[in-house]
Amino acid sequence: MTVRLSAEEDSFVRGDHGAAAGTAMRIVTEMAELMGADELVQISSAHIDGCLYHGDGGVEFAERLVAGGGRVLVPTSLNVGALDLLHPKVVRADAQRREMARRLMEAYVELGCRPTWTCAPYQAGHRPGLGDQVAWGESNAVAFANSVLGARTNRYGDFFDICCALVSRAPYTGLHVAENRRATILVDTSQLPLGLKRSDVLYPVLGSWLGATVGDQIAVIDGLPPDTTEDQLKALGAAASSTGAVGMFHVAGVTPEAPDVATALGGVLPTQVFRLTASVLRDTLNRLTTTESQLVDAVAVGSPHFSLAEFSELERLAGNQSFRVPCYVCTSRNVQTELASQGRLARLEALGIIVVVDTCIVVTPILPADGGVLMTNSGKFAHYTPANTGYDVVYGSLADCVASAVTGRVTRDESIWS
Amino acid sequence: MERALQGRMLLSGEASGPVLKLAAPISFWGGVDPETGKISDPRHPNYGMRIDGTVLVVPATVGSSSSSAVMLELLRNGKTPAALLLGNTDAILLLGVVVARELGYPTVPVVQLSSTQLAMMPDDVEVRIASDGRVVWAA
Repeated sequence: MTVRLSAEEDSFVRGDHGAAAGTAMRIVTEMAELMGADELVQISSAHIDGCLYHGDGGVEFAERLVAGGGRVLVPTSLNVGALDLLHPKVVRADAQRREMARRLMEAYVELGCRPTWTCAPYQAGHRPGLGDQVAWGESNAVAFANSVLGARTNRYGDFFDICCALVSRAPYTGLHVAENRRATILVDTSQLPLGLKRSDVLYPVLGSWLGATVGDQIAVIDGLPPDTTEDQLKALGAAASSTGAVGMFHVAGVTPEAPDVATALGGVLPTQVFRLTASVLRDTLNRLTTTESQLVDAVAVGSPHFSLAEFSELERLAGNQSFRVPCYVCTSRNVQTELASQGRLARLEALGIIVVVDTCIVVTPILPADGGVLMTNSGKFAHYTPANTGYDVVYGSLADCVASAVTGRVTRDESIWS
Repeated sequence: MERALQGRMLLSGEASGPVLKLAAPISFWGGVDPETGKISDPRHPNYGMRIDGTVLVVPATVGSSSSSAVMLELLRNGKTPAALLLGNTDAILLLGVVVARELGYPTVPVVQLSSTQLAMMPDDVEVRIASDGRVVWAA
């Protein structure tokens, strides 16, 4: 099968819009062919994951696009980099790595991307609408854009996101196409205790279970409270896209393409039905923790990046207690600016909280080098911490994290799971 | 006697090497160290194994969109598998190989096989990937 290109798209391939746009269109077309698309679709925004430094190859590619006159054609936000540009000392990296990470971040800004540096662009002013065609990278942002906003993107990898932005096109296949967005799997949560469903601690666990269970298929989750919050859905999607390849999920009565179960399923019977119990989820909960240690060396929250609402909850739980172990909160510079303008940032820092922006603790060396046990309320941090930092990890609620940071000992309220 | 499976050639090339079948889905970012080619996720059943030089059988990928960047760095560092045999058309991993080719780095063949075909492949045998997408081994 060959991808049909419009005359305008063809002019990109010929190099009429510069070398970088030509390379980008060739890559978009080749991937479209491999993914089985027969045409491209116009996109209205992009979110770029490729600005995080993994090695010099990524820098070479980005700088080649800059040298080729590349310029994004749609509003484009940037994911985290490997540096905290506002608090440079927070990242422990040698000068060479720092220099390459900075060059990479600068190259993406030169391509016309907005220096948002966040994995939660949807809480930093970048919110495409229902039905909008977009090209987003960063697994949690993809899940959020599709599921919570109803925008349409596939799971795009580093480099492909920028290629799409440089030509304002994506392969018209997968989740860009309406009929591919219906759920095939039903997850019934009616047997879970209501108290658990109202608690933030459920959502990363539910997401971890979902990703490990459904892989890349779309599920509709039934029986969650109609007032399930945006931050709970964010946590669910981030965990599901870590343990699985979940690009989209529906929550009946909550997410925009699922007014009810039947609509989410497109009027077709599900291929599989899962009736979730607390005991099934307790197995997933146990797997998020890798140690039986009772001591905590550090606490980290904010994956995806902490929202203003999550900061409010942290402030409520922390009160005036001071922390015995380092407590890192990763967020966007956008949210940090809001906190500062409301006079809240200084108070958080006075409690001993280390606010990290533009990056996070699992993508670059921030945690103390001597290793140990990290406690988190994030399913995504719990998933990636052991491989990426060498720390063991303990999962708990935000309240558990605060209590443990105050005492330096693992403190968890597990009654909610029974 | 030779056994052969006809795959779909996603990215062309020829290669040979010992098969390493991953026992669980993987995210290359947070799962493979781009400098050593070792599986770095302690929760993965193949933790600690080296993927470089192998014909790597990846039934499914999960997780990070940065896996394409890790694939690019593996190619740049010469720590890549000799070939990738994928169970699905994973746009993220493939892209790392496409970008490597654009930058003039050495690349590797990528072949798609059905889940039934992947199940028929023995672990740890020497296989050859032919330029037409056939995967061949001695049985």
